[in-house]
Amino acid sequence: MSRIVAGPFNRVEGDLEIKLDVEDGTVTAAYVNSPLYRGFEQILPGKAPADALVYAPRICGICSVSQSLAAANALARAQGLTPPPNGAHLQNLILAAENVADHLTHFYMFFMPDFAQGVYADAPWHEEAARFRAMGGPAQREFIPARAAFLHIMGLVAGHWPHTLALQPGGASRAIGRDLQARLSGIVTRLRRFLEGTLFGDTLESFAALPNAATLAQWAGTDGPRQSDSGRFLAFSEALSLEALGRGPDLFLSYGAYAQSGAPAFARGVYRAGAVSALDASAITEDHASSWLIRADGPREPARGLTVPDADAPDAYSWCKAPRLGGVVAETGALARQLVDGHPLLRDLAANGRGNVKSRVIARLIEVARLVPLMERWIWEIRPGDPFCLHAAMPDEARGEGLIEAARGSLGHWLEIRKGRIFNYQIVAPTTWNFSPRDGAGQPGACEQALSGAPVKAGEASPIAVQHIVRSFDPCMVCTVH
Amino acid sequence: MPLDMPMRETLSLLWLQSGGCGGCTMSLLNAEAPDLFSALDSGRIGVLSHPSLSAPDGAGLGDLFRRIRAGEQPLDILCVEGAVLRGPRGSGRFHLMAGSGTPMARIIAESARAARHVVAIGSCAAYGGIAAAGDNVTEACGLAFEGREPGGLLGAGFRSRSGLPVINVAGCSVHPAWVTETLDLLSLGQLGAQDLDEFGRPRFFTGHLVHHGCPRNEYYEYKAAAHAPGQLGCLMENLGCIGTQVHGDCNLRLWNGEGSCVRGGFPCIGCTDPSFGERDYPYLETPKRGGIPLGLPTDMPKAWFVALAALAKAATPERLRRNALAETVSLTPCAGPRKQKK
Repeated sequence: MSRIVAGPFNRVEGDLEIKLDVEDGTVTAAYVNSPLYRGFEQILPGKAPADALVYAPRICGICSVSQSLAAANALARAQGLTPPPNGAHLQNLILAAENVADHLTHFYMFFMPDFAQGVYADAPWHEEAARFRAMGGPAQREFIPARAAFLHIMGLVAGHWPHTLALQPGGASRAIGRDLQARLSGIVTRLRRFLEGTLFGDTLESFAALPNAATLAQWAGTDGPRQSDSGRFLAFSEALSLEALGRGPDLFLSYGAYAQSGAPAFARGVYRAGAVSALDASAITEDHASSWLIRADGPREPARGLTVPDADAPDAYSWCKAPRLGGVVAETGALARQLVDGHPLLRDLAANGRGNVKSRVIARLIEVARLVPLMERWIWEIRPGDPFCLHAAMPDEARGEGLIEAARGSLGHWLEIRKGRIFNYQIVAPTTWNFSPRDGAGQPGACEQALSGAPVKAGEASPIAVQHIVRSFDPCMVCTVH
Repeated sequence: MPLDMPMRETLSLLWLQSGGCGGCTMSLLNAEAPDLFSALDSGRIGVLSHPSLSAPDGAGLGDLFRRIRAGEQPLDILCVEGAVLRGPRGSGRFHLMAGSGTPMARIIAESARAARHVVAIGSCAAYGGIAAAGDNVTEACGLAFEGREPGGLLGAGFRSRSGLPVINVAGCSVHPAWVTETLDLLSLGQLGAQDLDEFGRPRFFTGHLVHHGCPRNEYYEYKAAAHAPGQLGCLMENLGCIGTQVHGDCNLRLWNGEGSCVRGGFPCIGCTDPSFGERDYPYLETPKRGGIPLGLPTDMPKAWFVALAALAKAATPERLRRNALAETVSLTPCAGPRKQKK
């Protein structure tokens, strides 16, 4: 057996190190380390509760709106506020803009450049993959302006991105009229043109309606899709059997997405072995057994969570905690959301009930194709003149939780206010779930499980299969180690 | 290329991240006219490595970092995003660079000594910022400042090989063009010590107040204040806005097309200021003494401000008084300019 230390990884958000035990060219065990500690849970206590709106988004530069909305929802619970329909639509719209931009950023900036790496120089499709070269390849040069133009939505309704204060417990801070509705609509249409022309080679609706793996394969062979960037991904994926790579755990978690206006657009729940059950959020605990943190009395539910660093904690190998649902490892993210929501294509692609590299990437593309039409609808459901933001006093003693879906998966904030100040504030981020270390029972985290069995070619210091698997989760390490 | 443009060499750039959120890089991708890649082309900047954007990984990357620190690979520009984490107890173990076991603080310090120019990207890298908030358990600091105090990781007297101090592109996040223009000016040899303010920030964006270009200026002039988030009035009197004191061209050079904090309906919280990250009153409330906001405009005598404010309040048009408390304009300005009497 040999040991490889992989890292640093470029094209993941934040710093990541993975120790791999390798036997006969196969990973037998993986240990995922988040080598950075940031301390937000120690910064927030003692602050005015509303200051969470300033600090929380700064946990993460790539899902800052998600952090913002989780904080706003936790405060809204504490204040007993429910945003009016206009405020809810704007919250949905701002969150969807971030999530769509993040999914596309992952595809073009982080994931696809791997196929242009030298390790594939001899592959028959390598010339085609050069389009996705990192640091300014042709695909990135087409994508970056489309992304920037799309994020004008943020300039118009959220001031800017990242790090807005526009998401308030009672709604949104920028009221808009018909003129801005028309502008927003045009901005979304511009993105639709890019997606249909370059990413899908087909309408969003056709792609979102693909019912199973067989029709997806058929679709990828037709004119239009075949010359699109999704078609290219499917061809590379076929050549490399990415569906056989990165089998994760069999439990999937979603808090439900875009729930701001009542029933969530993507359902809340837990998916396992082809069936969805209700989510019991009180069964969530965080385990510190492999974390450089003070352990106190064992795993705790986040509402009374404890985050105090201890760089000398025995048997620890990460700053990340290990969240578990009823003691079980769960995967979260676009794939989990679409499995819980019952999308037939993803249910088929995860046929053995577990995720893999291909299904995680397709899930993001499906979400983009489903979200953009929803955004088009939400824009016109806003009723100018009706209120956008409600207000209420901040209680001196209260609790609140904000459970939302960020691009990378389930994000929870648990807030306790005492004597008018934040007493405790605990955050469980999507990548904390996916990149957790082992828990007290020795269960590896979701990515650690997915890495087990990955092939390692002779002489590979940073195995390409490991890179595909790691990036298929779209990890955000800065969130993980908040 | 026009004939009189001097041919310039390509400058090498290394981007490192430490105790931050990565948001400055995400903001950088928002650059428009020019977009990021065009700006790099135009500045003839070749990126050796950027953690979010470039291809190399693992051992090759570790080797690149080693060669730069050893002076074997020339480095023109070092950009650092995120604060330097010195804890716990000065060990730097809160951030060991992956695959190396070496504190990132050491890698940053050694790379800075090898670089021709050193640029701090964002308020965390410049001053400690949000990373240093609260009790600063991570012992976070900036490259050459700790809050308003010179010092930080590299020390107050630090000068990079070019002779310049650390260039602090402050902001939380930065505006993408603050970064691309700083890099392009460096590449043209057009950014000197005189172009930086007392906190090391390029004056081209800190030579303005956030207040300049505020679309709520008429409400400010007549002291017609908003009382809650989402209302149209001036955000200074009740909602914590410090745009009249904070340096930045945020309302002249807009964000994501047409945005800015105050345009989004929320106050300026002073993210370009060296003290950003920690303060002794809530961000979204204005501290007052005797009903008068603390923290008035910095270069105006307080007595004059109070006198003018009282006068302005007495003269506030009904239109502004009503609209200040509304989410959308309820009273529009009277029709057309009045006829001039002969």
